[in-house]
Amino acid sequence: MAIVQPKSQRWRLLAAHVFLLSLCAAVVFPFLVVLSVSLRPGNFASGSLIPSSISLEHWRYVLGLPYLGVDGKTTMPDLPVLRWLFNSIKVAAGSACVTLLLSTTASFALARMKFRGRQHLMTGLMLMQMFPAVLALVAIYAIFDRIGSAFPAIGLNTHASLVLAYSGGIAMHVWTLKGYYDTLPGEIEEAARVDGATPWQAFWRVLLPMALPILVVVFMLAFIGAIIEYPVASVLLSQQDQLTLAVGSKLFVQEHNFHWGDFAAAAILSGLPITAVFLLAQRWMIAGLASGGVKG
Amino acid sequence: MSALTGRVLAVLASLAALWAVMVVHATGQTLLALTLLVISALAVWTYTSRATQALRYLFPGVAAAVVFVIFPMLYTMGIAFTNQSSQNLLDLDRARAQLMEEAVIAPDSQRAFHLLTQGGQFRVLLDAEGNAPALATPPITLSAAAPTPQTVPLQPAGNELASSPPLPLSAVVQQLPALRQLRLQAGDNTPTLQLTGLREFAQLQPLYLAQADGSLQDRLSGKRYRADMDQGFFTADDGDRLQPGFRVGVGLRHFAQVFSEGKFREPFVSVFIWTVLFSALTVAGTAALGLLLAGLLNWQALPGRAAYRLVLFLPYAVPGFISILVFKGLFNQNLGEVNLILHGLFGIKPAWFSDPLLAKAMLLIVNIWLGFPYMMVLCSGLIQSIPADLYEASAVVGAGPWTNFRRITLPLIMKPLTPLLISAFAFNFNNFVLVSLLTGGRPDQADSTLPAGTTDILVSYTWRIAFQDSGQQFGLAAAISTVIFGIVAAITLVQLRFTQRAEAVKKG
Repeated sequence: MAIVQPKSQRWRLLAAHVFLLSLCAAVVFPFLVVLSVSLRPGNFASGSLIPSSISLEHWRYVLGLPYLGVDGKTTMPDLPVLRWLFNSIKVAAGSACVTLLLSTTASFALARMKFRGRQHLMTGLMLMQMFPAVLALVAIYAIFDRIGSAFPAIGLNTHASLVLAYSGGIAMHVWTLKGYYDTLPGEIEEAARVDGATPWQAFWRVLLPMALPILVVVFMLAFIGAIIEYPVASVLLSQQDQLTLAVGSKLFVQEHNFHWGDFAAAAILSGLPITAVFLLAQRWMIAGLASGGVKG
Repeated sequence: MSALTGRVLAVLASLAALWAVMVVHATGQTLLALTLLVISALAVWTYTSRATQALRYLFPGVAAAVVFVIFPMLYTMGIAFTNQSSQNLLDLDRARAQLMEEAVIAPDSQRAFHLLTQGGQFRVLLDAEGNAPALATPPITLSAAAPTPQTVPLQPAGNELASSPPLPLSAVVQQLPALRQLRLQAGDNTPTLQLTGLREFAQLQPLYLAQADGSLQDRLSGKRYRADMDQGFFTADDGDRLQPGFRVGVGLRHFAQVFSEGKFREPFVSVFIWTVLFSALTVAGTAALGLLLAGLLNWQALPGRAAYRLVLFLPYAVPGFISILVFKGLFNQNLGEVNLILHGLFGIKPAWFSDPLLAKAMLLIVNIWLGFPYMMVLCSGLIQSIPADLYEASAVVGAGPWTNFRRITLPLIMKPLTPLLISAFAFNFNNFVLVSLLTGGRPDQADSTLPAGTTDILVSYTWRIAFQDSGQQFGLAAAISTVIFGIVAAITLVQLRFTQRAEAVKKG
């Protein structure tokens, strides 16, 4: 740049670097510790960030393999981490499919059709987001308890009940999808209508293929949303082998049962893929959140 | 799809829905059956009527939102006006039915018994007692698999039977499951005897006699228990209550307790104050840090901005439940890395989980760590939308960065940022996951009768009352949830007001 920089600029740059670097250190520190702890032998060992001896016992633990315990005996893991991960993926995939089904259709009507109460419905959807499910846990528990006495397959302690409970939380996705549909030209669908397509064909054959990228994003966001959901899952699930990862992980770091090393390995095993998926989807999510908040 | 298959499908779907409604109704869940019926009827109408273009697409999503978001909210408010808890879970009729099933041994009906074998089959012999003669069953086959009680007649037992050797106790124990299913009857219309101990059969009779006025009389003590429709228990005149109780409406009692009764109000007020403080400090902390970082990362002269942005975004990308539990380990008093460092540097080991003030500080530290990247990204976007010529103009008059920030950046982003800050406040107001996973609300307040923690926020406090505390006081928890609904609604109104104002600025 041609502008003459004042002398204070260099000091400011230095101060900025020091500040940013120390903040980065604070951000990265927990992750490094977790990586280090997952490789240290024993659940109580503390030591330097670079472990002096490397042991794979915690990784064997989370993969469900027998491992050499502290007492020198081979032990079988007592917490089914892979099972929980599988449960989480199962629930999240089911929930993401249901969410996609419900929100693509609803947002199509909101974006392309004219009907009475459309504006109110959209405001209502936005307001619903302000009341998280955690406020109605007592009722959600009671409702699924009652449903379960008629249909045990979707009652308490089933994964189907979780998918159902999550299916109501489509408000944000409807807004994201509607925002995307609005950017697509309506003329193509109109041309299809002129050629005799029904609204359903215009939606299914014309609009959805054009919206494929955003469908993938919404699927990923719904998937992550279900994987990291804790309150509802903690109330609806109670049997140990039915738990999702978010509920089960808590059992590692209880006051009197501190599986620090095992938890560290489990955290990396499950956290890495979820973080990767999230980073892929976050671009759209932030755009959606920011615009969702500012739009009226 | 031809019109015919469409109609056939509609009829089949209606039949399936009706069957489901019948199944639910048969289990006694009238409310649920009604909900299901209404939804099915609406669905059938939506997909068969010609007048419902848009609704066909909206119906599934809206129905799911109504059933699983709005209905639970209304239901919560409904529970708030009842005494529902683990002691008062059933309705009056089912509680009465359960009490009527309680049985006692009728006085002087016990008869000692022996088990005899006869040709591979068994006979139960009741010994003579007082002036009651010895009685015996005919030879019977005993099988534990018999699912239902089996009535067997008793005949007078001859002397030869009384003198034959009985089976040892160990053999009797083996047959206990089968013996439990036996109902011995001495004659038509006489009460049956059943196994009541290892060595005796006796007549069981209901403990409570149903009276004409609906009260229950204890057969042994003669006490009368009347259904107390105010408290939801069968209560005797001396105040003795029968378990289980039943559900009754209690009107505004829970709200009155929360707002005026000392032992409920004090924990509620302290939890409420901490909730507001926690949310406000979190928003202030994350916003200040996020704004500062956004400013720095938009500073063209700073090299390496992309790398910084990537690293600083990480806390937002890692699943919250994992980071929170990681911090729970890091802050552990004796083994955690935080205390190792503090011990190495200053020789201290703070008790993060047992000292109320430190626990609160820890919650805030962790929450700011979790939340600042979101604020950073939001503020970054807002700052980028500020026209660059404003800064050029201020550079011409020689303004420094602080002046720039105070006179240009802050005033311009405050309007659009305010509604987002209010959203963040509302989110943290209900940040159950953080509190529940990190501290669980502990350490507990020393002097409260209901377990309330010093780090509990309103939602986690509610959760404890409903699911953790021994009484499972759903009614009280629902009442507090209802209060939270009100608070959130108020926050939402404020937020809408600010959103409209920001919108007006954008358009104007």
